[in-house]
Amino acid sequence: MPSRPPAALRWAVELDGAGRHPAAWRLPGARPEELFTAAHWRRLAATVDAADVDLLVVPDAYRLQSAAERDQRGRLDAVAVAAHLAPLTRRPGLVPVVTTTHTEPFHTQKAIATLDLTSRGRAGWQVEVSTTAQEADLFGRKAAAPAEELWREAAETVDVARRLWDSWEDDAVVRDVATGRYVDRDKLHHVDFSGEFFAVKGPSITPRSPQGQPLVVVPVRDQPSLELAVAQADVARLETADAGQAAGWAAALPTATVLLDVEVLLRRDAAEAADVAAQLDAWSPGPPPRSVRHVGTPESFLDLLTALPAGVDGVAVVPLDLPVTLDLLASDVLPRVTRPVVHGTTLRERFGLPRPVSRYVEEVSA
Amino acid sequence: MRTQPRSPRQVHLGAHFPGVNQTTVWRDPRAGSQTDPSSFEHLARTAERGFMDFFFLAEGLRLREQRGRIYDLDVVGRPDTLTVLNSLAAVTTHLGLAGTINATFNEAAEVARQFASLDHLSGGRAAWNVVTSSDAFTGENFRRGGYLAHADRYVRAREVLDVAREFWDSWGPDALVADPVSGVFVRDVHEVEHHGPQFDVRGPGLLPRSPQGHPVLFQAGDSDGGRDFGAAYADAIFTMHGTLEAGQRFTADLRARAVRHGRAGEDLRILPGASFVLGDTEAEARENAREVRFQQVGPEQAVAFLEQAWGRDLTGFDPEGPLPAQEPDLTSTIVQGRARSVQDRAETVRQWRELAAAHGWSARELVVEVSGRQQFVGTPDQVAAEIDAYVQADACDGFILVPHLTPTGLDEFVDRVVPLLQERGVYRTEYTGTTLREHLGLRHPHDTARRTDAHPARHPARHPARHTA
Repeated sequence: MPSRPPAALRWAVELDGAGRHPAAWRLPGARPEELFTAAHWRRLAATVDAADVDLLVVPDAYRLQSAAERDQRGRLDAVAVAAHLAPLTRRPGLVPVVTTTHTEPFHTQKAIATLDLTSRGRAGWQVEVSTTAQEADLFGRKAAAPAEELWREAAETVDVARRLWDSWEDDAVVRDVATGRYVDRDKLHHVDFSGEFFAVKGPSITPRSPQGQPLVVVPVRDQPSLELAVAQADVARLETADAGQAAGWAAALPTATVLLDVEVLLRRDAAEAADVAAQLDAWSPGPPPRSVRHVGTPESFLDLLTALPAGVDGVAVVPLDLPVTLDLLASDVLPRVTRPVVHGTTLRERFGLPRPVSRYVEEVSA
Repeated sequence: MRTQPRSPRQVHLGAHFPGVNQTTVWRDPRAGSQTDPSSFEHLARTAERGFMDFFFLAEGLRLREQRGRIYDLDVVGRPDTLTVLNSLAAVTTHLGLAGTINATFNEAAEVARQFASLDHLSGGRAAWNVVTSSDAFTGENFRRGGYLAHADRYVRAREVLDVAREFWDSWGPDALVADPVSGVFVRDVHEVEHHGPQFDVRGPGLLPRSPQGHPVLFQAGDSDGGRDFGAAYADAIFTMHGTLEAGQRFTADLRARAVRHGRAGEDLRILPGASFVLGDTEAEARENAREVRFQQVGPEQAVAFLEQAWGRDLTGFDPEGPLPAQEPDLTSTIVQGRARSVQDRAETVRQWRELAAAHGWSARELVVEVSGRQQFVGTPDQVAAEIDAYVQADACDGFILVPHLTPTGLDEFVDRVVPLLQERGVYRTEYTGTTLREHLGLRHPHDTARRTDAHPARHPARHPARHTA
């Protein structure tokens, strides 16, 4: 089955410190002493904004990436970074990773709804789980659990977040001077959620956000995460280097926008790209690739895009190093692919998704 | 002994975003959105234009209810505190960013990291107003439920703060090496290990020390336990007290408690919340203030307020007539989701009846008189003089201004009162520092030798011991 041409592709970029490679901070131009500053994020976000990338993903986890002193370690809170970038960008969807294992669903949903407010409708949420005992110890509230259970809990968290995002109808704030009523309380709804893992009363504390439902992004790396993606994902990221597996997962996700994860290191000269990658691995081998990995030139990367697995709508580019690979992506790759025409300014509009009416509206009028 | 006159104490000002309370007048045609980013930006930029120390945003975790229904007469709903503050960090350069976050429904590791992230992204402008809660009503929105006994609120808060501080200090001061030549990125990361009555946690902090070391800590509870917690832990106290004398008593009490916790009294900034109404003449200001009060207390709000005191359903009651003839039902609690506003209801009702009879007030007029106090009413000159007087008398270190209009309620204050404070030599004419600690004149938490473990409050005395030179 022939792949679609690059012209139709959706683009996400995941920005992580000096890049996903643990030694990337040692490369020229990385400015490692600035990795925890606003200036670092502002520079990268300006590039992403100008290049009209669809999604800017900020990774996160409640653990350090490595135990080795030579590897880059530490991250700012992803929602904080996305919120900081909201007034500084105009185009990309802002998608922080927020884990569901040890956090409160009520806090998560109001943080994402508020990011939707401050970004004027560009918020997304990438769901992640915390699998390790170290993460469990950091909270001390429960023990580590098998992935299957964690993703089931994540599904419950997304479900309740979506209900809470609907718990204020769009026109709930009436400011009716004649009756003295700020809200029409018949348009606020207790969600009365009670599931396997928790109960939440609702309604949300935050009024309905510009998109109503911010986009939910789910990484797919195994059967349990695939099941969450099937149930809840607006966008799915496939973390596999196996084209057959990717095509199979994509087939299971007929309604989601499906992105193939690609770890990328670009240089204008193929030999230089290979040398840089070899140098990075010599400094620190790091963990094995989590996805397709491409080390090469903008041209070879464009070639890769013509041979994506069936059912894939675009790519989630994870630069192994920053900012050089991102800069080349913006200057030498994205201008050479025709992008889908974007109507409107919100992330849902960018993806051609309708703005859903609150699920509670019909309940009332019925 | 010094011979030159002591320079006057400097006034500190913060800007409270109008929100879910009886102060905010949403009915005014000028009142703007409570959630649009332009509203937050306007107030923040106005505060920064007026060289204020910080912007302050409160938090809500459950919509208030009265008689089992959502209370709909005040502003309802709020955005997420930290998300708004992080967005504001991008559009301001000097203004401190203070937010309320509940220590009961957040874990030490996550909240410590969230405030450290705000501090990094704002270049050292973060402040955490630590509040506690124990009500099962709020707990219904959380997976842990209403798990905390009322008496344990500050036990929990102390433990959360103790552990948060360990996370903030987990990376050594020079842990981020980031030297491409040696290839060392980070060293000197310590694991936090804590076992206490509220929780057991273990693990490293997840990011380097932030510019302020620790965010500035605010405390707002006025109970004896709250005061003691604030004196031990806080950098600033967000309080409410009316008169200058009451302020002096409160401030003296807090400073004395701080000394008992091994700190200097001057380590605390005492910052009461204060509303204000200006006019070109004193008479005009009083007239404006009266109008604002009647906007704040509409007929519906008056009835709702009396329902809280009487503990009764007063549907159909005419607030423009006399107070309810019935006796209050002292057994009922009809309000959920906020601190009780009427302490001793039987005695309160008795006093109100006397007041209303003596002045010939209607029920609504009575509520206008007793339900809220405008701190500063006068010409810009009078208000500047009064603020100055409070600070020089050590009734406080300044005020957290609570405008009644979103988002323009601070404009007139910055245009008309701030210049007069500057003329008096008690208010900055430019920012001299970049961090909130610098604006508030607070020490960096790592400036002096570490506290001994005998003190819970990691704050050694502000001034070094006397030397015999």
